[in-house]
Amino acid sequence: MNVLTRRTLIGGAAASAGLLLGGCDRFAQNEQFRQILFSGEKINQHLQRLLTDRDALAPEFRPDQMSPRFRTNGTANPGTPAYNAMVAENFAGWRLKVGGLVTRPLSLSLAQLRSMPSRTQITRHDCVEGWSAIGKWHGPTLKSLLHAADIRPEARYVVFTCADLYGGAPYYESIDMVDAFHPQTILAWAMNDKVLSVGHGAPVRLRVERQLGYKHAKYVMAVDAVASLAGIGQGKGGYWEDRIDYDWYAGI
Amino acid sequence: MENSTSPDPLPAPVPALPRAIYRHRLTTRIWHWLNVVTIFIMIGSGLTILNAHPHLYWGAYGANFDHAWLHTPHWPGYLTIPTGYNLAIARRWHLTFALVFAFGLLFLMISSLINRHFQRDLRVRLTELRPAALLHDLKEHLAFRFHDPKHPSAYNIFQKLSYVLVIFILIPLMILTGLTMSPGMNAAWPWLLDLFGGRQSARSIHFIAASGLVVFIIVHLTLVILAGPINEVRSMITGRWTVPEDET
Repeated sequence: MNVLTRRTLIGGAAASAGLLLGGCDRFAQNEQFRQILFSGEKINQHLQRLLTDRDALAPEFRPDQMSPRFRTNGTANPGTPAYNAMVAENFAGWRLKVGGLVTRPLSLSLAQLRSMPSRTQITRHDCVEGWSAIGKWHGPTLKSLLHAADIRPEARYVVFTCADLYGGAPYYESIDMVDAFHPQTILAWAMNDKVLSVGHGAPVRLRVERQLGYKHAKYVMAVDAVASLAGIGQGKGGYWEDRIDYDWYAGI
Repeated sequence: MENSTSPDPLPAPVPALPRAIYRHRLTTRIWHWLNVVTIFIMIGSGLTILNAHPHLYWGAYGANFDHAWLHTPHWPGYLTIPTGYNLAIARRWHLTFALVFAFGLLFLMISSLINRHFQRDLRVRLTELRPAALLHDLKEHLAFRFHDPKHPSAYNIFQKLSYVLVIFILIPLMILTGLTMSPGMNAAWPWLLDLFGGRQSARSIHFIAASGLVVFIIVHLTLVILAGPINEVRSMITGRWTVPEDET
């Protein structure tokens, strides 16, 4: 074995590694392979649901474990004329619409929402990018709202429609009934003992603590119970899911 | 057993034929090649995910305003999967092949306990760890002699230690710290967070263990090349390995 051969081998290995990486891109564009690649989401979801008690809680923290500064992410301010007008009047005219597959559709003012029994939780927010921040959230459980609206048994998902627009369409997200009725799933109107700021989703944002940050819809305007996600947005259950193929199940 | 007492005269010396010994069981070989593909994908897609937030922290939380112990460089497209930045697709690769990676290790663990690969080939004996023994093996390594002619199929102590490190420490660490980063798993198995000291610590350990695997792969490939790449690669395909001293 001489040095030249060794060099050739190493060079060859590096070149083929480059080719293989490029090959992965072509694989990911093949429709059949894409289905295999995307099947991991459902497998991971089913495995996690198998291992996790329906009401198993996300870890909660002590006040001294909170992030000194909680960064904002995604939309920092919807900035639309309609949203600006709501901010100007301190959300006095804002109404949360609870509808879809419910027998008693609701239209709740912020004052009504704030008067509902609330849950306070100090939890960790995990961005899909990798960072984490710990904050304190306060608001009524989604479960209590869905009960108040008398959600119908055929409902399988809850869809959140938001005030921030992306290319003219509102940001939206969806969760299934396991997470909708989870005790830590709340519509938070306060964060870190203050009224929720515009940067973090005023007046109300979803907290769905066993999933990643993009599921925690900010600027929530409407909550709708639905039987299927088809026909909503592009049908994949969320803005980022539709647009760039983020996993709908973001528990991992 | 060479206990023949035959009085026959010694035959004329003939050149010994290269001995081929059965060195790698089928399950070992399947796992090896499965991991070649899987670890390649995990590293490539992992680097894309790291590019999304190239800062590492210790503890439960960590974001832009917090103290990062390491800022990683931007990993160029020729190292990442996909080659252009796409976090969603990188996560699809990473989290689907994570299943292959984790259940692959489980497959190796079970099959190697059944076929006694662990006990036979990887058991480290105390005598092998004596300084004199380690020094002897080091000298042999530096002379590019990687096995004991008397026991050609046995792994040397550095091989054993590195394989034990990879199979029982690095890969399990990769899997467990990966699970610790999952908010869903945090609800299912909160003890993982206690074990690694929080999600961001788990993320840092995930990176360190991955770096350890990359170092192992570089050393492993170098030694395969030095020990005779055709014989070594063939043995990992067919299981049969030719004892180098017998080669002319």
